[in-house]
Amino acid sequence: MCLAIPALIKSIEDKEAEAEVGGISRRISLWLTPEAKAGDYVLVHTGYAINIIDQEEAEETLKLLEEIAELSGEED
Amino acid sequence: MKYITEFRRPDLAEKLLSQIKRRSRSQARIMEFCGGHTVTIFRYGIRQALPANLEMVSGPGCPICVTANADLDKAIALARTPGVIIATFGDMLRVPGSRSSLQEVMAEGADVRMVYSTMDALQIAEETPDKSVVFLGIGFETTAPTIAASILQAGDRGIGNYYVLSMHKLCPPVIRAILDSGEVNLQGLICPGHVCAVIGSDPWESVASKYGIPCVVSGFEPLDVLQSVSMLVDQIESGESRVEIAYRRGVQPGGNRQALKLMEQVFEPCPAQWRGMGEVPDSGLRLREEYRRFDAEHAFDIAPGPAYEPKGCICGDILRGVKTPAECRLFGKTCTPEHPVGPCMVSSEGSCSAHYLYGGDVEG
Ligand code: SF4
Repeated sequence: MCLAIPALIKSIEDKEAEAEVGGISRRISLWLTPEAKAGDYVLVHTGYAINIIDQEEAEETLKLLEEIAELSGEED
Repeated sequence: MKYITEFRRPDLAEKLLSQIKRRSRSQARIMEFCGGHTVTIFRYGIRQALPANLEMVSGPGCPICVTANADLDKAIALARTPGVIIATFGDMLRVPGSRSSLQEVMAEGADVRMVYSTMDALQIAEETPDKSVVFLGIGFETTAPTIAASILQAGDRGIGNYYVLSMHKLCPPVIRAILDSGEVNLQGLICPGHVCAVIGSDPWESVASKYGIPCVVSGFEPLDVLQSVSMLVDQIESGESRVEIAYRRGVQPGGNRQALKLMEQVFEPCPAQWRGMGEVPDSGLRLREEYRRFDAEHAFDIAPGPAYEPKGCICGDILRGVKTPAECRLFGKTCTPEHPVGPCMVSSEGSCSAHYLYGGDVEG
């Protein structure tokens, strides 16, 4: 029930935003993430953005996973 | 889809698995608190793929499953009240209370509307000023701030016919209650990613330090879960117990300040009834005095009568991590997703439904 999916904010009007969730445009509330900007990815739970996705951290995590993959390739 | 597909790459999953297999030596039981993680683990066959010394157990992280029948009965009694429209997330409709479900009272003529968001519930209230709209406030810290925001919006927009039946539950207190009971012996905890998007990872520090249990906050894609297991294994093998965040793109140690602020503005902690665990102190949320007028418990006389548990259902034990669905005599026989006896079979994130749909250990 705590499902939240990534959405891309297209435009903002007051405390609401037009966001793209899996190719579909949807109105979401920014009451919980007032600092969100157009171009940000947010985690959307029951119509509310509950947090902004940290894009740098996402890249870092993926890089780390790639490194693990390379390492384990050498060890195998 | 960005931030989803990258975290499902099978090649990386395989490498993570082989790393886990190389490093994991000790026998360890790891609990995934959240029902969302249970679904990922089953859907991608992670339980079976892990080495035999790692045992995964599901925790109480399904808000619908942990709602006590006494609370469900209140919601159902409210649905029967003339002039009341119930607005609820769809998962609640089929959950059996002591005598009936919301779906059954709907068939008898009760006005129950399925909504995707509290914003929809507010709209219904605005459009039907002659009725009272009661939103069923079910959920953990992920959901509670959205309900708080809806109450503040109702205030701002002058919506006087919107109410919330607050059955919210808090995650860290219940994990502490489970650990205090000593019934289940854990070596690692996968912490709920979207609860932590709101509360942060800091509230788990006391679990890691007081109980000596490694805690890792995880996202919900298969690579997220495998990375979390791998981080737990590293802690277990080195005898450490810290709180770490694997889900760094979605969670900061201090959480989402604004969400926490709204939640604290509207709600205060209170004791709550958990299915299978009874009353846990400070594990629920009720509306603060200033917001009483939105409180359905306060606004309506609710007298649902005594609560009963479904006969033979062991959801309570399963939610505490003490038993598995396969140990229930009704599992897959009298109790199936089409004809659920208990909530763990109704909810898509319930352990029984995950076991039934994705199999794995029907034979125990
Ligand atoms: S299988 Fe059905 S009856 Fe048994 S514990 Fe699960 S929900 Fe309850």
